[in-house]
Amino acid sequence: MEIEFLVQTLSSLVAAASPVVLASIGETISEKSGVINLSLDGSIALSAMTGFAVAFTTGSVWLGMLAAMAVGALMALVVAFASITLRLEQVAVGFVLAMLGLELADFLGNPFVRKPGPSVPHWPIPYLSEVPILGPILFDQNLVVYLSFLAVVVTWWWIYKTQPGLKLQGVGERPESAFARGVNVNRLRYIYTVVGGALVGLAGASYSLSIKLGWSHRHTFGIGWIALAIVIFGGWDPWRVAAGSYLFGLLKALGSILQRNPAFANVPTQIFSSAPFALMIFALLLISSEGVDRLLALLPPRVARRIDRAIRGRPPGGLGRPFVQE
Amino acid sequence: MGPRVKDILLGLLPILLALLFTTGILLAVGASPWEAYRSILEGAFESPEKVADVVAACVPLILCGVGMCITFIAGQWNVGIEGQIILGAIFATWAARNLPWPRVPILTTMLLLGMLGGALWGFLAGLLKVYGKVHEIFGGLGLNYAAQGLAIWLIFNPWKPADGATMSGTDPFPDPAWMPRLGHLRVAPLAVILALLSVVVVYFLLRGTRWGLELKALGKNFRSAFLLGVPSTPRLLTAFAACGALAGLAGAIRCSARYGRMIPEISGGQGYLSLLVALLAGYRPQWVPLIALFFAALGVGSPRLELDLHLDSSLGGVLEASVVLAVMLVGGLRALLARRRAQVGMEEAA
Repeated sequence: MEIEFLVQTLSSLVAAASPVVLASIGETISEKSGVINLSLDGSIALSAMTGFAVAFTTGSVWLGMLAAMAVGALMALVVAFASITLRLEQVAVGFVLAMLGLELADFLGNPFVRKPGPSVPHWPIPYLSEVPILGPILFDQNLVVYLSFLAVVVTWWWIYKTQPGLKLQGVGERPESAFARGVNVNRLRYIYTVVGGALVGLAGASYSLSIKLGWSHRHTFGIGWIALAIVIFGGWDPWRVAAGSYLFGLLKALGSILQRNPAFANVPTQIFSSAPFALMIFALLLISSEGVDRLLALLPPRVARRIDRAIRGRPPGGLGRPFVQE
Repeated sequence: MGPRVKDILLGLLPILLALLFTTGILLAVGASPWEAYRSILEGAFESPEKVADVVAACVPLILCGVGMCITFIAGQWNVGIEGQIILGAIFATWAARNLPWPRVPILTTMLLLGMLGGALWGFLAGLLKVYGKVHEIFGGLGLNYAAQGLAIWLIFNPWKPADGATMSGTDPFPDPAWMPRLGHLRVAPLAVILALLSVVVVYFLLRGTRWGLELKALGKNFRSAFLLGVPSTPRLLTAFAACGALAGLAGAIRCSARYGRMIPEISGGQGYLSLLVALLAGYRPQWVPLIALFFAALGVGSPRLELDLHLDSSLGGVLEASVVLAVMLVGGLRALLARRRAQVGMEEAA
């Protein structure tokens, strides 16, 4: 009974974390190339709404997912154009787009509020799903959840194990030297920002078509900001970014377990649903604070360096800076 | 066409582009753009009562927008402003519930405490920025979640209303804690005066004082200002606290003049809107009231869309955000064209 409960909880945690994984991996790709796409919260809302609206009208979940990806890619294209071609402040454009996306999603989504609609079918993987414990947690899910696993693995492999991935790192770290070696910096930045945006769009679709079905006002509740924080938390490394997403999922699951405990009966439910957001962000700030520097200074340098590398990552050298070709 | 006329036309271009965008969206959902814009304007200006509502809605936008000018000039994104509004409201509510004083002392105390609460929360955001080494947007968001949680906990537990309907907020304040209104109109003259006063004060603080100039230097080029001896940490912390104080004042006014109680949604997104206001104003306080008026009219007028046309009121928000985006993009395009022209000029000279 205890084990069964644990397996069930973990299985729903893995599913519930999939939009966060997809969004933060998408953002990792874009930031690795040097572009901050701060529009995430609005992108996710707008793509979640679009995904549901298209799936609802056409009856096809797959068309819904594609439409959501297109919306995410389009938002990222605006960010890319503003920051690469126009050299505007990336944070400013992203923030305004985040607000625009939220409002637009509310306006256009109005006819679809609280309508029952299609969802991504449950699809256990044969054989693998029958493996005890791990099977039901990882392989008794739907396609979107598997895509979130795939996104992590493929992104890691692409960035660290392939030739184009090496170029991607160069473009984000030292755009000037990448350019000197004949890499078209700005074209690659466009491509990776848009690809990252498409993943963010898929995150939106996974919200409205798989995790929290349908559409309602503020349906995606601040998930984009958490994804952005998790990218920093994970030090721009796909595996650690994924770990951060599951940690956030764990906090949320703990919240809903604690909420059912009679000892917390007079704590309002809103607190349990928003506490994980605050906790996650404060954890991030704590880890990157100067206090940790001081603590690490007390340890022997070798150990300190290891711990530092394990808990913190350095942003790509060219992050947020437009590349000017002289 | 003189250069001045050209500048005005170029200044209006983003507004036209944004209107074009919302018109396209209205056509896409099969609504009449003409009817929609007319119903927003009617909803905002059809009667003296509505005009009073618009003026009242300007107050928090002006206070927070002017505050955001301070932090933006220092190069900081004070996204924590929502939480600063909430803390101001919480501090003011505490006074209203616990101090059985006559009107003048209680209102003064509420407003001052509101400013203190907001300033404290702003100061915290500043500390997270200075010592947290992560973009201040995240510290601000974390503090917003924390402030919202605190407000909800207070309303659900110690400040629970007698009828238990917690979602509509605390019990109404005692009469002296209500800010006097203009007859039957829902606007408090004192609040409007305070808001306009804040514009004047901040305008001169930023232009005419060493503090303001040092903030500007930090915002323009943090590193060289620091190297030239501008004390960056105290300047940033005071900038955050000053913005927080104005936001806290807005929170106190929202409790006292608008709702007469503390409600869970007391900040109501006013902080994020004021961020857009300050961006549109180009961080110049003197432009904030006019832009706040535009935003306030959209805010008061657009709920009418739901009644008249069964459209969602968020169209107002879409228009606001797209105006800001259009201003940025048009500005960027003009700079791009200027760069191209300069390049061509240089090549011809060579």
